[in-house]
Amino acid sequence: MIICTNKMEYPLRTQCQRVQKQVMVNGEKERVSLLFMKALVSTGSVDAVSQQMASHPQYLESFLRTQHYILHMDGPLPLPYRHYIAIMAAARHHCNYLVYLHSAQFLRVGGDPLWLQGLEAAPPRLRLLDHINKVLAHQPWLTACSHIQTLLKSGEQCWSLAELVQAVVILAHCHSLCSFVFGCDTDSDFVPLSKSPNGTPPTFCPFDAANGNTNVPQSLATPSEHKTRRRSLDSSCDIVCLKERIQKSQEEREKREERLLQTQTLQQTDMEEEEEMICFADPTRFITDPDFCYQEFARREEDHFQVFRVQDYSWEDHGFSLVNRLYSDIGHLLDDRFRSVTTLPSLHSPDLKRAIWNYIHCVLGIRYDDYDYGEVNQLLERDLKLYIKAVACFPDATKTPVCPLSWAPLKTSERIHVNLLIMEARLQAELLYALRAITQYMIA
Amino acid sequence: MEKMSRVTTALSSSGVSGRTMFCHLDAPANAISVCRDATQVVVAGRNIFKIYALEEEQFVEKLNLRVGRKPSLNFSCADVMWHQMEENLLATAATNGAVVTWNLGKPSRNKQDQLFTEHKRTVNKVCFHPTEVYMLLSGSQDGFMKCFDLRKKESVSTFSGQSESVRDVQFSMKDYFTFAASFENGNVQLWDIRRPDRYERMFTAHTGPVFCCDWHPDDRGWLATGGRDKMVKVWDMTTNRAKEIYCVQTIASVARVKWRPERKFHLATCSMMVDHNIYVWDVRRPFIPFATFEEHKDVTTGIVWRHQHDPHFLLSGSKDSTLYQHMFKDATRPVDKANPEGLCFGLFGDLAFAAKESLISSDANRKPYPGGDRRYPIFFFKKPDPTEQFAHVSSALSVFETDLDSNRMDWFVKTAQLYLLSGKPFAELCDHNAKVARELKRPQVSTTWTMLKIMFSDPANLTTPGANHNLSKLGSLPLMNSFSMKEMGSGMGTESRLERSKGESRQDNIHLEPGNSHISNNNEENEETEGSEGQAEYMFGDAELDDDDLYSMEHDNQAEEQEYTLPQEAFQLRHEIMDNPSAPEHLQQDKADSPHVSGNEAEVTCLTPIESFSLISISQPLFSPHLPASFFCPIVREMLSYYAEQGDVQMAVSVLIVLGDRIRKEIDDLTQEHWYMSYIDLLQRFELWNVSNEVIKLSTCSAITCLNQTSTTLHINCSNCKRPMSNKGWICDRCHQCASVCAVCHHVVKGLFVWCQGCSHGGHLEHIMNWLKSSAHCPAGCGHLCEYT
Repeated sequence: MIICTNKMEYPLRTQCQRVQKQVMVNGEKERVSLLFMKALVSTGSVDAVSQQMASHPQYLESFLRTQHYILHMDGPLPLPYRHYIAIMAAARHHCNYLVYLHSAQFLRVGGDPLWLQGLEAAPPRLRLLDHINKVLAHQPWLTACSHIQTLLKSGEQCWSLAELVQAVVILAHCHSLCSFVFGCDTDSDFVPLSKSPNGTPPTFCPFDAANGNTNVPQSLATPSEHKTRRRSLDSSCDIVCLKERIQKSQEEREKREERLLQTQTLQQTDMEEEEEMICFADPTRFITDPDFCYQEFARREEDHFQVFRVQDYSWEDHGFSLVNRLYSDIGHLLDDRFRSVTTLPSLHSPDLKRAIWNYIHCVLGIRYDDYDYGEVNQLLERDLKLYIKAVACFPDATKTPVCPLSWAPLKTSERIHVNLLIMEARLQAELLYALRAITQYMIA
Repeated sequence: MEKMSRVTTALSSSGVSGRTMFCHLDAPANAISVCRDATQVVVAGRNIFKIYALEEEQFVEKLNLRVGRKPSLNFSCADVMWHQMEENLLATAATNGAVVTWNLGKPSRNKQDQLFTEHKRTVNKVCFHPTEVYMLLSGSQDGFMKCFDLRKKESVSTFSGQSESVRDVQFSMKDYFTFAASFENGNVQLWDIRRPDRYERMFTAHTGPVFCCDWHPDDRGWLATGGRDKMVKVWDMTTNRAKEIYCVQTIASVARVKWRPERKFHLATCSMMVDHNIYVWDVRRPFIPFATFEEHKDVTTGIVWRHQHDPHFLLSGSKDSTLYQHMFKDATRPVDKANPEGLCFGLFGDLAFAAKESLISSDANRKPYPGGDRRYPIFFFKKPDPTEQFAHVSSALSVFETDLDSNRMDWFVKTAQLYLLSGKPFAELCDHNAKVARELKRPQVSTTWTMLKIMFSDPANLTTPGANHNLSKLGSLPLMNSFSMKEMGSGMGTESRLERSKGESRQDNIHLEPGNSHISNNNEENEETEGSEGQAEYMFGDAELDDDDLYSMEHDNQAEEQEYTLPQEAFQLRHEIMDNPSAPEHLQQDKADSPHVSGNEAEVTCLTPIESFSLISISQPLFSPHLPASFFCPIVREMLSYYAEQGDVQMAVSVLIVLGDRIRKEIDDLTQEHWYMSYIDLLQRFELWNVSNEVIKLSTCSAITCLNQTSTTLHINCSNCKRPMSNKGWICDRCHQCASVCAVCHHVVKGLFVWCQGCSHGGHLEHIMNWLKSSAHCPAGCGHLCEYT
C-alpha cells in the first residue's frame, strides 16, 4: 500500500486549478494570462523572457512546458545541479539576467551558496562540464566523441549517460536562450541596475526577479501587461494559502541571501563594497577560457572539420529517438517547440523562415543537401544577416545588437518571431552536435 | 550482361544458395535493393553507389555508378530501387531533391538516364510500379509525391500530402492503381494513381513519424507500418476503416519493415537509432522476435529479402559500411534463450508463478496450489500451428493465494467507517476504536488505542477514588507486574475484554500476545501499564465503569462550559457551517471539540490532586503513577511515525485527530499535512466520501481544511427555460426571468437558497425552515411532503 501523495504539490495544484477556472479562456490575451498564471503559481515568477514571448502564446506554451520540465520535473539531475548548469551556460555569454535568475532559483532549491563564488567552488563533476559548455556555446562543431568519453569515463566524478543528456539539454537551452535575451535586449535592463551606485547596495536585488510578488517585473514588462496580471491574480481571493507559501519561501530565501551575502563579505572583506557587488555580478566566475569564442566555420572548413549533413543526422530521425530514450519525454517537448516555432502565424514567408533557419545552421556548420544557399543571400539583406549572426553567435550582454534598418516598420511581435527562430535553430544545432557525439560514443 | 544472365538462369533453376557473408563498403550505406533474379544487389549512400554480384562464397563488386571527378549531390542517395521487371533500370532518390534513373544498358561509363528535379526537398523514397515498366513514384520531404512516366521528361501527376513530409511510398502489390504513403505526422494515406486531387483514405497509424510501410506480398489487404514510436503495426485495409490487426512493440524506432516471402506472418525490421540488430517477427507473437541478426556494428539502414520467393536469405546494408547476406539458419533465436517463466502479483495480493512444466514437476517438494485442478481449464493450449515456427513451451502455473483476510483492504474500509473520531469523550473514543480494531482482528492497533487511553486519561482516573486505589495498588507491586504479565497477563486481559464485548472468538487470545509483546518493546512504561491491566483484573473492570461515569458526567459539565469559553477556536474556520442546513453535523461539530477541551481542562483541574497525591505516596519510588500526558508525547509521536511508515496512515491520522491538542504540537505541520493528504486520498479512492469529509473537517491544518472550499461551484439551470444560468444566480440571461423565487415569500432569493430534492421547490433558508416547522407539505403547493432536517 503506497499512500504518500506529494505533499507540496497537492494544495498548489488545487489552487492552480481554481485560479484557472476563474479565468475565462477566450482569445489570445487570456491564453497568455493563463500561462502566466500557471507559471506564477508553479514557480512564483513570470520572468522577462516569458513576457517578451507573450506575443506568441502558442509558442510560449511549449517553451514554458519544456523549461519547466527540464528545470523542475523528473530527471536524473538534482535540482541545484540543473540551475548551476544553467548558470554556467548563461555565463558563457555574459548573460547577467539568466545568471541572476538561475542563481536565485539555485538558492531556492537548496543549492550551496558557496558554489556561487565561482566554478572552483563547485563540485568537480560540474567543473568537468565546463569544456563541453564552452565548445557547445561557441564552436559546437568541435564537440567530439572524446569529450563524451571523458565525462562518462568511470570514476568517482563520472556522469551517467542520462545525466549527461539532461545536462546537454539544459546547456543548449540556456545558450540559445541567451541569444533570445540578447536579441530582445532583455539583458540591458539589468546591467545598469546591478552595477548601480557605489557604496549603497542597490535597492533592487536581482534575486527578486524570480519572485512573483515583488514589483520588479514592472520595470521589465510594459505596465499594462503587468497590471492585467495583477488584477487577475487579486481577483482570486482563494489563493491566500498560496500567497502565504510564497511569502514563506521568500522569507527563507531572504535569509539565505543574507547568509550568502555574509559569506560573500567574509570572503572579500578586504575588497571595497562596490567591487564586491560587481564581482558578485560578474558571470565570468562560472567559466574558464573567456577568450574562447565563435570563429567562422567556413574559414575552418579546409581543416579536417567535416560539414554536418542534416541528411545523415537529423533531429526527426536520429536526435529525437536518442534524446527521448535517455531522457524520457524531452524529445516530444523539444519536437513541439521546433514545430511550433516554424508554424507560428507570421508575416514572414515560409521561405524566409527557412532561409533564417538554414543560415544559422550554416554558420554553425550544418548543411542541408536540399537547400540552395543562394536563397539566403536573396532573401536576407546584409544587415539582417549581420544581425542574425550577431544574435546567434555572439550574444554578449555587454553589447546591444544593431537592429537592421528594414526592421523599423515591423511590429515587435515579428521581431520577436525572428529571435525565436534564431533561438530554436541554435538550440537544435547544439543538440544535434551533442547528440551525434553521444551516438558515436555509444557505437564505439 | 550476357554472361550475367546465364548465371541467373543457372541459379534460378537450382534455387538460390549461399552462406552468411559480408563485404566492406567504402562508405556507409543508406539503402540497398536487389534485382529480380536475386543475383545482384545495389548499394547506395551519400558517398557510395555500387553494384555487387552475389556469388556462392562472396560479394563481388560489379560496377561503380559513382563516376566523375567531383560527383554532384545527385549521387548522394537517400534511397535506391531496382526495377523488378526491367533488370537494367534503377532509380535513386537524391538527398538534394533529385530523382534519378539509371540505365545499366548504356554503353558509356556514366549510366545516368533521366534526372527529375521537381522536388524542392530531399526525396525520401522512390518506388517502381510492380508491373508497369515506366511508372515511378517518389515521395519527398516537401510533402509531395510525384508520379513519373519514364518516357516523358517530367512528372505526370503530383499528389499533395498537405505540407507534411512524406517518408515512404509503396505501390500495392495486388491493386494496380493503389499506393500507400506514410507521413511525418503519423498519418498513412492511400491514393489512387489516377486521382491526384485527393487521397482515397487516410488514417493515423502512429504517434510521430511513420518511417516505413510495406504491403503484404500475398495478402492484398495487409499493410505493415513502422514508426518512430517503436511500433510495427499491421493494418487490414480491406474493411471500410483501416483496422489494426497486429502490433509489435520493438525497442527502438522502426526504420524499415519488409514482409518475409513465403511466410505469411513474418516480417523483418531494423532501427534507425541505437539498436543495430535486424529482427524477424512473427506478428502473432509480438513479444519476442522470431529471429535476430546481430552482425552489424552500426545501425542497419537497408534490408531486403534476396529473392521474392525465398525466405532464407536476407541482405542488409549498414552505416558501419558493410553489406551482409544473412542466412536464416544462422540467425539467433531469442526464444531459445528466453526464460519462459513469469511472476505476477494479482490485484488482491495473489501471486502467480509460471514456469516450465519440467521444472515444476521435478521439484517434488513443491505442492501445486490447492485446488489447482479446478483452475486448469482456464488455460487453453494453443494448437501447435505448423506455420508458426515457434518452439512450444508448456508451462505450469502456480497461484499462491494470500490469506484473504490479511491482505484485503476490507479492514481499511470497515475501520474508516466504524472509527469514531469525535463526538464522545476521549476515553470512550479510544475504547470504541480499540473495540473496532479488535473485532477486525487487528490486535496491535487495538492495544495501541487502549494504551493511548491509559496514557492520556490518567489524570482523570486519579480524581476518582477507584482509580486512586487502583493505581496505588499497582504502585505497591511494581516488580511483579512486569513479571507476571508474560505468564497470565494476556490471558486475563482478554477475559476482562471478553466481558465487555461478547462473542469474541478465542482467536484473540493468540493474537493478543504478539500484539502486546510487539508494542512493549517500544516502551517499557507501556509494558508495565499494560501488565497492570491484566493484573488488577476485577479492579480494572470496576475502575473502567467509573471511568465511563466520570467521563460522561464531566463531559456534560464541560460541554456547557465550553459553549462560551472556547467558541473561537472551534468555529473560526467554519463559520459558514452556521448557515448550513445539515444540523446534525453542526451538533456533532460541537461535540467534536468538546473532548479536546474537556481533556485539557481536566488535566488542568486535576493538577492539584495529582500533586498532593504524589506527595502523600512518596513511599512509592519505583514509578510514579501519574506521569503527565506530555511524558508520553515523544513515544506517541514515534508510534505515529511508525504506523505511517508501515503504511497504516489511517491509524496515524485517527490517533492524531482523537488526541487532538495533546499531540498536535509534537508533530510538525508538514508531516501532519502529509498524513492527512495521504489518508484523505486513500479514503477517496475507496469512495468513503463521508469519512474523508469528516477527516477534513476535523483536521487542524489550514491546508487540509481549505480542501473543503474547493469545487464549491454549483451549476444551476433556469427554472423557466431550463438552460444553464451563466453569471448571476437569480436572473436568467436568456429568458430574463427571475429564476430562483422563494416559494414562501415569492421574492427573489439572493444568497442562500434551500430547496427540496424531491420536488425542487425552495426558497429562503429562514422561510423554508419556518414553514416546515408548521407544515409538512411543500410551500409551493405541489403536494410533495418535503422534509427539512
